[in-house]
Amino acid sequence: MTEKLTRQPFILRNPSILVVLAVLAVFTVAVTLLSQAYGNGTVPTSTVKVLGKTLCLALAAVAMDLVWGYLGILSLGQMAFFALGGYLIGQWLMYARTESIVAASLAGNPIPPTPAELQEGVANQIFGVVGSSDLPLVWAFAHSLPIQLLLVVAVPGLLALAFGWLAFRSRVNGVYLSILTQAMTLALALWLFQNDSGFRGNNGLSGLQNIPGLDAVDQATLSVWFLWASALALGLAYVLAAWLVSGKFGSVVRAIRDDETRVRFLGYPVEGFKLVVFTLAAMITAVAGALYYPQAGIINPAELMPIASIYLAVWVAIGGRGRLYGAIIGAALVSLLSSWFTGGRAPDINLPGYTVNWVDWWQVALGIGFVLVTLSAPKGIAGIVDHLGGIRPPRRATGEVPQPAQEAKA
Amino acid sequence: MSALLEVDSISVSFDGFRAINNLSFNIGEAELRAVIGPNGAGKTTFMDIVTGKTRPDAGDVKWGTPPKSLLKMNEAQIARAGIGRKFQRPTVFEDQTVADNLTMALKANRNPFAVLGWRPSVDSAGKVAELASEVGLAAQITRKAGELSHGQKQWLEIGMLLAQEPRLLLVDEPAAGMTLAEREQTTALLVRLAQTRAVVVVEHDMDFVRRLNCKVTVLHQGSVLAEGSLDHVTRNPDVIEVYLGR
Repeated sequence: MTEKLTRQPFILRNPSILVVLAVLAVFTVAVTLLSQAYGNGTVPTSTVKVLGKTLCLALAAVAMDLVWGYLGILSLGQMAFFALGGYLIGQWLMYARTESIVAASLAGNPIPPTPAELQEGVANQIFGVVGSSDLPLVWAFAHSLPIQLLLVVAVPGLLALAFGWLAFRSRVNGVYLSILTQAMTLALALWLFQNDSGFRGNNGLSGLQNIPGLDAVDQATLSVWFLWASALALGLAYVLAAWLVSGKFGSVVRAIRDDETRVRFLGYPVEGFKLVVFTLAAMITAVAGALYYPQAGIINPAELMPIASIYLAVWVAIGGRGRLYGAIIGAALVSLLSSWFTGGRAPDINLPGYTVNWVDWWQVALGIGFVLVTLSAPKGIAGIVDHLGGIRPPRRATGEVPQPAQEAKA
Repeated sequence: MSALLEVDSISVSFDGFRAINNLSFNIGEAELRAVIGPNGAGKTTFMDIVTGKTRPDAGDVKWGTPPKSLLKMNEAQIARAGIGRKFQRPTVFEDQTVADNLTMALKANRNPFAVLGWRPSVDSAGKVAELASEVGLAAQITRKAGELSHGQKQWLEIGMLLAQEPRLLLVDEPAAGMTLAEREQTTALLVRLAQTRAVVVVEHDMDFVRRLNCKVTVLHQGSVLAEGSLDHVTRNPDVIEVYLGR
């Protein structure tokens, strides 16, 4: 019996994974069939893009839940990794597209342009806006998609590793650690705002929705492709995260959240565990960013301001931290509501003497909602889902087999 | 007899207060030792130093053969080297089941990647079940630790310590908050454990120490005041004056 249980595939022991994957698949197929590119066109391309971006935000929220809900670190700098992923993929998108434009304009010349001339032309095009014509060193690999894709995970991963190593080794905890993470993203934002940072200052990178080499593909089709890619990434990351937090590794991670001193006396290298989770979450967040910004079309340093990371924390709190699907529900629900209310499409409420304009009042409503959720349902929406489903929160195996050994799991 | 743990003239001060003052003593392999002393004698600070929580200002703590200094190791490394610690208040992971608590404590590779690849086996499941029944929690194995009574939590923590298979057990006031029956059980367990490993018990309660029937070290103002059998130290006039006579 024990043997059978321990050998059961991991997914079957976690039925919530199947539910999430099924919902994600149905959603993706439904949007595809209603899209302008592959379906009857009920859902306009702009909405497909909003939905695709929402999946990316949900992906970032899953990573945030790993760091906050499971490991117990309230990171207020997660969106730095998200934006870095966007910047790194944006470099290639912008460079490769500008290169093809410059090459086309120089093609009429009697003498074919040399690579140096081509590069100078590209640099002029991209950096003219900040009064420079040299290609900064950080763009050295911008011509290569494989290298930039590698950097999308490597740079945020290394940043998280270095930051985490310094912070965790000095045993910075709790609110001090939150402040440090916030300082990290703010410092990065301020650096990127400078014109000589090599990332076009406050102009940021733009035109990212045009994918080099895919000029013939229209935005309607591209938006569906990105939706698929985002859904796939979310599905894969969800399975990875669920696998990570199940079993003994998850046990240790939750133990660190609850009492890290005790975990040390059990002999576990607490800093090592924190580094693994923090770095992995940073890389997942970076992938989410790399998928988000080609759908958004533009990225600028304002995306790294701490408020973005605080929003992420609010989504996870509303969705229910310590529940991976809670993070998805929270991010999707709040960000979609947010874009509906701030998009000017929500009907104003006419009170006698005052008109409630949602564009202005949405933030207030969100703030009140956050306070209400925190007070009345500390486990968030996922807590309500658990309650309705009769699941007792963190208790995992609820005696399917009344045998002691059944609890020892992967 | 070679010493398992050798505390060599350590001193530590907190804001000018000398908590430990030139303290030296040895613990042998498979020895049961009681450490007694009035409040502020430095009992808990001594444990903090041995387990790596506090660094001494001077002196050295050597461990095993060949002797290795513990002062260069962090808490986790010391725990992995084979020193287990039972805290005064039971500290178990309340959000997780008894089995999860025990599984986490089982002696195994603690490296994050090794833990990630760890799979339960018939062997590990058997060990967990065995430990649970040893500490009388076999029926509670799927319950969350937070649902256990105070005494059961104490026992779970003892089970977790056993799972670590330490060579030296440091036990801080095990009798605190226990009923008479539980005390007797605890005494029997500590005596039995000391047959295969070193056990150091820090205790206030003289009756409890008498039951352990072992060598006693009396601490006072951060250094050893007397050492020997309980009868021997209780006859010592210095001990009577600073501790028992009051």
